[in-house]
Amino acid sequence: MTNNKKLSTEGLNLYFSEKHILKDVAIGIPQNKITALIGPSGCGKTTLLRTFNRLHDLLDYVKITGKVMIDDTNIYDPKISAVEIRKRIGMVFQKPNPFPKNIYDNIAYGLKVNNTDPYRIPQLVEQSLRESFLWDEVKDELKKPAIQLSGGQQQRLCIARAVALRPEVILMDEPCSALDPFSSLKIEDLIRELRKSYTVVIVTHNMQQAQRLSDYTAFMYLGQLIEFGTTKEIFNNPQHDLTKNYVTGHFG
Amino acid sequence: MKKFINYLNWSMLAGSTIIVCLFLIVILIELFSKGLPAITIDFIFKYPSEGMTKGGIFPAIIGTVLVTLLTTAFAVPFGIACAIYLGEYAGNSRTTRLIRAAIRNLSGIPSIIYGLFGLALFVQAMRLGTSLFSAGLTLGLLSLPYIITTTEESLKRVPTTTREAALAVGATQFEMIKDVVLPVALPDILTGIVLTLSRAAGETAPILFTGVTFYTSGLPGSVTQEFMALPYHLYILSTQHQSVEQVRPLAYGTAVVLISVVFILNLVAFYMRYKRRRYD
Repeated sequence: MTNNKKLSTEGLNLYFSEKHILKDVAIGIPQNKITALIGPSGCGKTTLLRTFNRLHDLLDYVKITGKVMIDDTNIYDPKISAVEIRKRIGMVFQKPNPFPKNIYDNIAYGLKVNNTDPYRIPQLVEQSLRESFLWDEVKDELKKPAIQLSGGQQQRLCIARAVALRPEVILMDEPCSALDPFSSLKIEDLIRELRKSYTVVIVTHNMQQAQRLSDYTAFMYLGQLIEFGTTKEIFNNPQHDLTKNYVTGHFG
Repeated sequence: MKKFINYLNWSMLAGSTIIVCLFLIVILIELFSKGLPAITIDFIFKYPSEGMTKGGIFPAIIGTVLVTLLTTAFAVPFGIACAIYLGEYAGNSRTTRLIRAAIRNLSGIPSIIYGLFGLALFVQAMRLGTSLFSAGLTLGLLSLPYIITTTEESLKRVPTTTREAALAVGATQFEMIKDVVLPVALPDILTGIVLTLSRAAGETAPILFTGVTFYTSGLPGSVTQEFMALPYHLYILSTQHQSVEQVRPLAYGTAVVLISVVFILNLVAFYMRYKRRRYD
């Protein structure tokens, strides 16, 4: 891997109370590529994803040791606020979770709390809706409650909401698992577009999706990073028996 | 056999429900059949006269409205602030669990105790006298535990995914609470508040020593004066009057008005929930 590492961890351990969830994880996620995290349920891939934007912060039973870096910045540096990190690292969740606001405000809200110049907000809202291929579908009803959109549209709205802040990285936690196949494909097209400007890390249970979409794949098992490489290598020539068994569908 | 047991279970549950509903219906029929004839325009808008055997209950209605407004002003801001702190910031330690338990226990204290406490603290120690203000504060104290508990529960029901959505776009914890959590929880919070206030409006014991009086010749001009209130007026008419039999229709009329006020407050709570649901 010759690319620049955008996100990286070194000796990362994470505990829920006494339970050891992430075990000595070291990974370097390349810039402007799509990296898929795969592995059976409970292997810690979502937990790892949420470590990158400090979403564990509010839970007082979570303990994290080791290094988590974005570029040369330590994400858990006490001098850096979680808000600052989350502006640089956006996130899209498993189930579409629009705010209980209208379509326009769903995107404008993130801009507002990040002190964007109010005059620029309408333009940025339109731009991010266009980038999420949602603009043509909603441009006439921006004041409609977001909850009235279809599931797939809601998820694209959530992506637009993340994109609007111009983050450097976008984390995605099984963004298609609650959607029908047609909406999933639309989201996948969108994620491919995002690669041009962003570093994308996506957790997925869907092997085909990981193969279709990602440049790099990391296989995790029981809290450990078992194997990390280009998607081709992981799926066609896995080095580790566990990886081989998993990608060929023998367990998981 | 299994079918029979199933039927037995069902009929016991349904039977209990029917019995409870019957009681409610009997109470309402009794109240309204005896109370409605007493209710006229004069009954609502006139002062009591001739030793309360004639006239209306206007000052009692206004007194109840005023004391409930004061209760709202005291209990709602403190209650909501308290609930937000406990639910969103305080976390779950031994101390906060103790505080929560204490607040829940407060809602079990008999209302007459609140009355005595109000008398000791507001009327005497703080020298506020028997007044609207003292009574409002006392009812506020009585309402606080309910408001805190229902508000905290409503906040807790806001899904984690919604909260995380706000955090993930860079909102601070306070912004998340203010812009996302509170708006989502608001219908539930308001419902809790209105139900609590409707209960406070019907209380007699807490205002007994702290501000209510059985007759005033005018409406209270300031919060330092005593006032009349519907539940106390009802109590006087049904137990303390020289000719209880003669004023019985008036007592039933007062009961109908009181129950209507409470019912209207409940309708308001219902309407607020319904309206919010449609917007979401």
